[in-house]
Amino acid sequence: MAELNTGDGGGKKGGGKVRSKKSNPGVDLTAMVDLAFLLITFFILTTTLSKPQSMNLALPEDNKNTPEPPVETPAWRTLTIVLGSGDKVLWYHGGLDKTIDGPVVSTYGKAGIRDLILSKKKFVDDRNKSLGEADLEKVGITVILKPSEKSTYKNFVDILDEMAITHVKKYATVDITPEDVKELETNKIY
Amino acid sequence: MAKLKMSKKSTKVDMTAMCDMAFLLLSFFIMTATAKVPEALPVDTPASTVQTKLPEENLGTLSIAQGKVFYGVTGREERVETLNKMGAKYGVTFTDEEQKKFALIDGFGVDIRQMKQLIEMKNEERMREGTQPGIPFDSINNQLADWIKISREVTKDLRNKDLDIAIKGDAKEEYPTVKKVLDILQKQKKNNFFLVTGLRNDDF
Repeated sequence: MAELNTGDGGGKKGGGKVRSKKSNPGVDLTAMVDLAFLLITFFILTTTLSKPQSMNLALPEDNKNTPEPPVETPAWRTLTIVLGSGDKVLWYHGGLDKTIDGPVVSTYGKAGIRDLILSKKKFVDDRNKSLGEADLEKVGITVILKPSEKSTYKNFVDILDEMAITHVKKYATVDITPEDVKELETNKIY
Repeated sequence: MAKLKMSKKSTKVDMTAMCDMAFLLLSFFIMTATAKVPEALPVDTPASTVQTKLPEENLGTLSIAQGKVFYGVTGREERVETLNKMGAKYGVTFTDEEQKKFALIDGFGVDIRQMKQLIEMKNEERMREGTQPGIPFDSINNQLADWIKISREVTKDLRNKDLDIAIKGDAKEEYPTVKKVLDILQKQKKNNFFLVTGLRNDDF
């Protein structure tokens, strides 16, 4: 590959003067450059792609010792999503004892819960508008996430991701209640 | 002239400059690239669409998989300091040699009382699956909480910054284990942290 080209350098031929034959010291670098660029590409791609992604998670202050009265949110503004087993979720609008809509079993992602979150968000925004609320963000939908013991970490990340995709600003992770577990059991996803 | 002569010009391009540049770039990328270190606890992170980058310094990483929890902080000084304070709390003293070796371990998952044996082990042996049983984090023996607390204090002393915490959970890990870890953090008033995720490329 890297043979030395010893052919003459293409000077004048048949000139009057006799010149000493100059050997060309150039080496064919094509293959070397090929290899170098291949490696560069490899290193560029691996350095930028291997950096792990992350998502932020903020939890409320731990106030078990000094319980504050929970902020009152009207039932029509809350959507509760209970994470069950088998990559299924159960959602209901309003309180569990007096639901406005649901409880209904759904799945994660585009085919499942996303449209519902968007439509519920719109519903709350529309109602707030008709009530003449000035700050729609502040009184927007509150999503309550209740991961059950049978749900996986992937489910938890998926639903947090869903919050980011649908731009729900107010969401909270809450401990599951026995009533929710019972509801999951009747829907056979616990 | 009798014959028509084709001009014999060389088609070769001088590659020297290109080669120089290519190798310059190559050496740059090799030097800046960080080698992937093998992990003692293999974690398959779930994917998400959110793309916040993890900080590279002042980071404590909690790996959760198979019901075990491993912990590791960045920075050698922090590691040694944390180990010493942790040892003092549990009545274990570490020699200079052991401290030096510990500074090179990225993450670990053993009881503090088995830490000496872990440091003694060869690298491959340490990284073998199942060698490390995870840091105890039940209510009777909550060493994990102490590790996190002490490493946060150490970072505060050394760098005057609050230690960022990243949680690297396995996708199949059951939620109660994650919840326990979240509770430990919440109890220490660490309410903001990173969840390490992969990049989602399938249609979600």
